[in-house]
Parts: sequence; C-alpha cells; structure tokens
Amino acid sequence: MKDISAVPQACLNFSDLTLGYDQHPAVHHLSGEVAKGSLLAVVGGNGSGKSTLMKGIAGLLRPMGGACSVTAGTRLAYLPQRSELDHTFPARVIDLVSLGLWPRRGLLGRHRPEDRQAVSRALVSVGLESFEKRAIDTLSGGQLQRALFARVLVQDADLILLDEPFNAVDEQTIVDLIGLIKVWHGEGRTVMVVVHDLDLVREHFPEALLLARRPVAWGASRQTLSAENLQIARRYREAWNENAPWCGNEMSADLDHGHHDHVHHPEPARAGAL
Amino acid sequence: MTMFYDAVILPFLEFAFMQRALAGAVMLSLSAGPVGVFLTLRRMSLTGDAMAHAILPGAATGFLLYGLEIVPMTIGGLVAGIVVALGAGAVARLTVQKEDASMAAFYLISLSLGVLMVSLRGSSVDLMHVLFGTVLALNNDALILIAMVCVLTLGVLAVFWRALVAECMDPLFLRSVSRLGSPVHFIFLGLVVTNLVAGFQALGTLLAVGLMILPAAAARFWTQRVSIMCLVAIGIGIVSSAVGLLLSYHASLPSGPAIILAAGSLYFASILASPRGLLLSRIPRSAHRAA
Repeated sequence: MKDISAVPQACLNFSDLTLGYDQHPAVHHLSGEVAKGSLLAVVGGNGSGKSTLMKGIAGLLRPMGGACSVTAGTRLAYLPQRSELDHTFPARVIDLVSLGLWPRRGLLGRHRPEDRQAVSRALVSVGLESFEKRAIDTLSGGQLQRALFARVLVQDADLILLDEPFNAVDEQTIVDLIGLIKVWHGEGRTVMVVVHDLDLVREHFPEALLLARRPVAWGASRQTLSAENLQIARRYREAWNENAPWCGNEMSADLDHGHHDHVHHPEPARAGAL
Repeated sequence: MTMFYDAVILPFLEFAFMQRALAGAVMLSLSAGPVGVFLTLRRMSLTGDAMAHAILPGAATGFLLYGLEIVPMTIGGLVAGIVVALGAGAVARLTVQKEDASMAAFYLISLSLGVLMVSLRGSSVDLMHVLFGTVLALNNDALILIAMVCVLTLGVLAVFWRALVAECMDPLFLRSVSRLGSPVHFIFLGLVVTNLVAGFQALGTLLAVGLMILPAAAARFWTQRVSIMCLVAIGIGIVSSAVGLLLSYHASLPSGPAIILAAGSLYFASILASPRGLLLSRIPRSAHRAA
C-alpha cells in the first residue's frame, strides 16, 4: 500500500477498512491516505467494491472493520450513480441543482440572491444556461449528468466523490465533464472518480486505485494499471464464495494481508481462533 | 342562476350537517392532498392503502372497549398504524426485504386482527361504520380532530419540505449531506397514519385513502413541479368533496363513495384532457420549434 509518511497532508485516511453487506466484504482491508488535492481514479470490474467504497467514504455505509476518516472540516460532495436518482420526479433543472445549496442553507435557511447566482453560474459552467426551467424528465442522459455536475459545483466541496459519472454519456459530454474535473483539481480540491474506461484513466488521472474487493494496487495510474495488476484483479474478483471461511482463518494463509484486528463475524468468540 | 344557487349553494347554507361535512372534507383535502403527492412520488401509493387497512385493529380495540367513540378509536388507530408503519419500515431498512413486501405482510396480519375483533363484539352495521365512515354525521370532536391533523400536517410539511423533496428525488444525496434521511421517512409515514386516522372518521378506513391518492394521482398530469402538484391535488380534493356531497344530497347516495367517485372522475378527466394526458400528447402537431 501507499507509504503514509511520504504524503504531506491527507484529506482522507483508510485504516484497514472493510466495508460490505451481510458479513461478506465488498472492500477488504484497505489502508492508505488520499492526499489533499489528489485526482484519483477508482477502477475495477463490476462488483469489485468501487461504489461501496464511495458510499463508505460518504458515510452511507458503516465499516465492518477498520475505519475511514475524512479530515475534520472537509466539505464533502457525493454524486451517486445516476440510476439512484428518480429522474421522473416533477422538478426543474434549477430545483435539482439547488439541492446543492443544502450544505450552506440546510433544511430551513432561506435561499439568498447570491445562492441563486451560484446556481446560475454553475449551470453556465456545465453548458446548461438556458435549461433552468426544463423538467428533469425531459433531459437526455448527458444533460442530466451535466445538471448533476452543476449541483456538485454549487456544493463547493473540498472532497468530491463521483460514482461512474461517464456511464451512458456521449463523448463530447465526457470531454466537458473531464474539463470540469480538471478545473476542480486545479483549484486544489480532492477528487475521486469511479471510472470504467482504463484509457480515460491513463490519459487524464494521475493516480489510480485498482480494486477487486480488496486493494490490488494504488499509485501512479500507468503502473497501477499494468497488465500484471489487471490480471491479479481479475483473479481476486472471481473468488467470491458463499461459504468463505471467516476472515480470521483466511488471514494466516495470506501473508500479503498485513495486520488485522477484526473478523467479519458477529460472535467475538471466533476471534479467539486466531 | 337561481337553479345553480338552489342546487349547489343552498344545501350547504340550509343544513348544518352539510356544512360540517364540507368543512371536514375540505380540511381533509388540505392535509391529505400533499401527503398523497409525496406518497405517489415515492411509489408508495399502495402503502397508503395498506396503512388504511392496518389502522383497523386499533380502531376496533377502541370500539370494543368504548363503543362508537371517536377518541379511543382514533388513539387505537394511531397506535396500530404507527406500529405497522414503523415495523414495516424497520424491517425494510434493517433487512434485505423491500418495504412493499414487509408492508403487505404487516397490514394483512393487522387487517385480519381488526376484522376478527370487530366481529367478536359488533354487528355488521358497526363494521360498516368503521369501514366506510359517516361524513354526514361528523360531530364536534371529529371536526376538531380533523382540524388538528390538518394544522399539524401543513406545519410539518412546511418545516420538512426541502428534506421531503430531496429524499424523494435523490435519497443518497440527502443522506450524504444530512442525517435527516431516515427520520424524514418515518415522520412522513407518521403523517400518512395521522391523516388516515383523521379521514377514517369521515370516510371510513377503506375510503380515507381515496382522498389522499386520487387527487395526487390526478395532479401529476397537470404540472412538472412538486409544489404546484400539491396545490392542484388540494384543489381537486376540495372540488371532489363539494361535488360528492351534493351528489349525495340530491341523489341520496352514500356520501363517502360519492366523494371518492367524484375524485375518481376528475382523475379520469385528467388522464384524458390534461396537457400531459392521453389526448393532447397524442395529437399530431405539424408545427415544431427550431430548437
């Protein structure tokens, strides 16, 4: 894993983080730090734990073990996969983007003129300036994704998590969205993006984390995405087993695993088997 | 003109029971309409129906202990409704089971308990009252209860509006910026139950849900904004109430079904005639805009 001492200022810290569902880990023993201002691609096949990791960082999923800590005072913006949004909801583009004012105004704070300006500016930045009053169910996939990026802009966050923002989006939109991501990177914000297209990662993302339900490699994109690492990732991911032994037993056979202080089991007695 | 006056205005001026019925139904429309809007937008329309059934054993317990009295029946209904709403909600949030399945399981158990309890003591006339209400016989207690529920509902909706909209539109986003996601869900279920309990005095457990869902379902055809949808739903509810009561008065129809059928007619009219309905959206138009 990454050498912690070499990172000057961390935005996000994983210490032996295990996230999962129903006692089966989806992200297994992840340790390391994300430096402030990094632009990090999270890659891996379907079911490799990418979205789970994003949810864990956003605080939507409690760790089964270890910890995931966001540096105090960090404002976080999380863009879930588009399929999580109800795009038939009766709302206009401006209503969707204004949701991004929540961190500033909360439940009851009145939206001020400067808030409305921020929303308008965000819509201009994503190229939807004349779309304010359009119903969201009339938007194309690309337009909806632009509107969601406008919401992220309005949130004005230090740590931005984007889950598969380029899915089912045309090339021009991808180019524009990557442009926005680079602007955020240039402004010193930390950006983590789940991406499927490895060429896109090699070209635009300086750093990558390769997941296969456990971290396979993490570092400069080109090294991380080597043929060898991708091969390893494929092998790990296919190893899901309904009756897998409890993590404590598995550990002894796996020297690469590093230290661990938990088992993914409700009965503490099992820990004694170590 | 005088014919209109005689047919539409006079019945409400002349008879106190008509005034009470109208007041009750209008207040119900005011509060149940917006609740129904969020229920339909969350794809929980049938949850409303399930909750209406779930209220029955509580109301029946009140009825068994105190007879046809509003306060005990209301408290019982509220307790039963909340138990079922919280139970089904908790099962859905804490286990792999989805809310539609847990809700169906809870309300079926609740409904059969309720029918069992009513039949242990009452006659079929009592059962009819619990199931279908008596909007033309609303007493002061019932009106006060409906007024309180109306004020409470509108207040809660005003305070939690932003969270309700966010929770409906993009629940994961709300959970990433606020801890209100789960509480708002349960607060909302609480509103559904209280409105059904208020409605069941007037319309009975089975029809109370009608004034909640039908105006909301109709309103969806007329607008693309949730706030306006709430106003349209309230309007449709009020018109249905007045029309239903007049039909009931002139044609001696049972008032509860008359009100709900009036709302049902407006629903069909909306399907056909609204800008987003079947007719207008199917008319081929030769002219189209350049962009």
